[in-house]
Amino acid sequence: MHLSLIAAFACSAMALPVLAADPAQVAQTYVSIGAATFGDALITAKALQTAVDGLIANPSEATLATARAAWIAARPSYTQGEAFRFGNPIVDDWEGRVNAWPLDEGLIDYVDPAYGQSEENPLSTLNVVANPTFTLSGVTVDATQLTPDLISGTLQEAGGLEANVASGYHAVEFLLWGQDLNGTGPGAGNRPFTDFVQGPGCTNGNCDRRAAYLTAVTQLLVNDMAYMAAQWAPGGAAANRIIQDPNSALTAMLTGMGSLSYGELAGQRIRLGLMLNDPEEEQDCFSDNTYNSLYYDAVGIQNVYLGQYTRTDGTIISGPSLSQMVASADPSVDAKLTSDLASSVTALAVIKSAGEAGTAYDQMLAPGNSQGETVIMEAVDALVTQTASIQRAMTVLGLTEADFTVANDPAEVFQ
Amino acid sequence: MTALRVLLTLLWAAGPSLADSPLTVVPRTAQETARIIAVTTLTRDFTKAEAFEAKPAGAATVRQRPGTDAFSQYSATMPFERQMNFNLGNALFTKSWVAAPASTLASDGLGPLFNARACQDCHLKDGRGHVPAPGETAVSLFLRLSVPGGDAPAGIKDWIATIPEPVYGGQLQNFSTPDVSAEGRMALTYTEQPVQMNGETASLRVPQYAVMKAGYAALSPAVMISPRIAPQMIGLGLLEAIAPDDILARQDPDDTDGDGISGRASIVPSAQTGQPMLGRFGLKAGSATIMDQSAAAFSGDMGLSTTLHSDPWGDCTAAQTACHAAPNGQETGLRDGLEVDRESLDLVTFYARNLAVPERRNPGDPTVLQGKRVFYDLGCTGCHTPKYVTDRLQDQPEQSFQLIWPYTDLLLHDMGPGLADHRPEGRATGQEWKTPPLWGIGLTSQVSGHTEFLHDGRARNLLEAILWHGGEAQAQRDAVAALPKPDRAALIAYLESL
Repeated sequence: MHLSLIAAFACSAMALPVLAADPAQVAQTYVSIGAATFGDALITAKALQTAVDGLIANPSEATLATARAAWIAARPSYTQGEAFRFGNPIVDDWEGRVNAWPLDEGLIDYVDPAYGQSEENPLSTLNVVANPTFTLSGVTVDATQLTPDLISGTLQEAGGLEANVASGYHAVEFLLWGQDLNGTGPGAGNRPFTDFVQGPGCTNGNCDRRAAYLTAVTQLLVNDMAYMAAQWAPGGAAANRIIQDPNSALTAMLTGMGSLSYGELAGQRIRLGLMLNDPEEEQDCFSDNTYNSLYYDAVGIQNVYLGQYTRTDGTIISGPSLSQMVASADPSVDAKLTSDLASSVTALAVIKSAGEAGTAYDQMLAPGNSQGETVIMEAVDALVTQTASIQRAMTVLGLTEADFTVANDPAEVFQ
Repeated sequence: MTALRVLLTLLWAAGPSLADSPLTVVPRTAQETARIIAVTTLTRDFTKAEAFEAKPAGAATVRQRPGTDAFSQYSATMPFERQMNFNLGNALFTKSWVAAPASTLASDGLGPLFNARACQDCHLKDGRGHVPAPGETAVSLFLRLSVPGGDAPAGIKDWIATIPEPVYGGQLQNFSTPDVSAEGRMALTYTEQPVQMNGETASLRVPQYAVMKAGYAALSPAVMISPRIAPQMIGLGLLEAIAPDDILARQDPDDTDGDGISGRASIVPSAQTGQPMLGRFGLKAGSATIMDQSAAAFSGDMGLSTTLHSDPWGDCTAAQTACHAAPNGQETGLRDGLEVDRESLDLVTFYARNLAVPERRNPGDPTVLQGKRVFYDLGCTGCHTPKYVTDRLQDQPEQSFQLIWPYTDLLLHDMGPGLADHRPEGRATGQEWKTPPLWGIGLTSQVSGHTEFLHDGRARNLLEAILWHGGEAQAQRDAVAALPKPDRAALIAYLESL
């Protein structure tokens, strides 16, 4: 099914392909893709919540597997939405709540005693699941009720330490999978479903509080996705900001594409882990789902440029695109960037295929795994290459890469 | 300024001039110098905000983000292609290091003695550290140690010679790897001391420090102890880019202008350049460059070796034999044979250099402007120098030629016996401290969840911080205490808008 939300624009695109896209139309497509992407993130988060409720109501191998599958199914839409970071303050100010990593997971639940302790972050072994009251910066905290407010208001980044991640996808991931104790060897986390069994049969203690934590943190994730979906829906603050200033919107789109490609993906998420050969630098480290998250990040960047997004249900959202605008300014720049974006998606698809065939991303980070290193570096190189093309696209559109979040009006800055 | 430059050139004729920046500078033209003098002249108009005042870091200023990430943004002037280095630096800054040997070869080498496992464990959210709550072990506040003795480094006048404490070294590390004894715990108690002001009272908490559970021999009877809290990280690259002449020109060691404020430059050996240089970073300006400061922190705070401090045992002394013998994280042929390789130190330095300063809140608000008038009229600007134009730099567009508003002269001032640590450091006496920058100070509560100020966090709010001022700032402190209450409140409102 190919469904165009903005039929009038699509018609004009067919009639006048070269002059098809003007900034207002391109901005509208961007907003429509944002609404659909974060809308899907909300739908899949709710499906995750249903599966989590099923696990807690009736813990079994099957319900745990269903919940894990629902978590993995929730990631593609969210990670495609990451291309909306670095240019939309509303997204930037929210992102840390939903996707923070790496985490000192001992804050939340039991961990292997030989692993992950930090004596100067006593919260790294707090284990709030096992401790209904505890002391935080000299203040006694009552955690008998594990609520979304307690998680977001008290536990998240407790003590100012970013490693104290209490909320978001990766907190849910830890509760569903448990620690991955296999280092750069094969295997993901292996939490037994009996960790959620109420009464006799409960393993590792405090199954009631573990279930309560998982329920609350999943609710929080749904709330956070609902918030962001509303920001991009018609009349939402993020949507309005883009529509009201289409020229800034173009800068936001390309800056987001470039920043995610280069600093975030190529740098912090991929190259750093390789530089340190450290499986802790793997984003979805409990589930070994990193290859999917990386892949869909690249797809998200491509979506923004091509003005097209395939929804979770298969519906295609499309409209006048940045690609068309760049092509009308300089077809060769558009052709190169379009091809570079496809190359990155292909390079990350190789990592994804390897992951699906049983070689997880953390295994590729092992020191001396030259094949893994080659595959990973090909993705890094493709992302770096596409960034240079993104910069050329900005140039042909007459945009500057200055941080537009603070308008540098010449009158405001001494030159 | 020219006369001063000549004098300095004569004093330091043997080597590079102190007036040399550690950075690659494009010389100023005469026309630029004139424009800079004009734009940095202090205002006398408090009826409205000044031009450019809302952006304390010039074009590098970033928007004020809500929440605790306000100090974690990169300079708005950073080119696209450098964001990767910023992000990699950020990842290394937040990275938790582990003891050697570990399966993660590239992340091991912590300690054997350490105060923290990660840079950000002290520089919480790139903001200030905090004092420990009762019963908590301090992390972002630690004790520097030394005893009198030793030699002064070549080429630095008025250096007060000290050496690390013979057994415990240059600072007390609260933590250690499993097979090595920790050095002990910092003990901290406070006594309240009431202070009378015009129309209101305040109470200052007077700290007392000691070392408990000393893990090795008794500390030397001559030991000098200096508490240090982690300072905020924003704008460091811009401070590094201030022309040395613009700082040196404000020195007045003999108070020839009779304003009660002297101001002396810290001059320290730079491990990065191998030369004596103007000290700018650290609470007594003990480091000349951001890289010097970062490498010293890797070594002293985390026990990690870098090109500038290549000993893997960090601050372990020869007397701490088990510490010297403990496994380290250096492997021949890997990461330059260091625990933190050259590339990683460069990345962390780049990150620290580019943490951005957020824009001002309400610089044109009438109460803020009233407070600004008080700040200027009382002479607070005598040390808290409002503005500079940074040097034009060849390879650092982020910091190049920006009009900045840090409110510091980066000089050492006698702050009186109340704030004294009685522990000299380099040229700084036991009563001197470097003027800390004030930019971003009003966001402390938002970023850090507290408002603890001064070198050891003893002040619980900005007013207490002012009331602690003594020595060269005694007159200003007394004047603030004597102000009518609304003026004092306006002064605080002004500081909170920075």
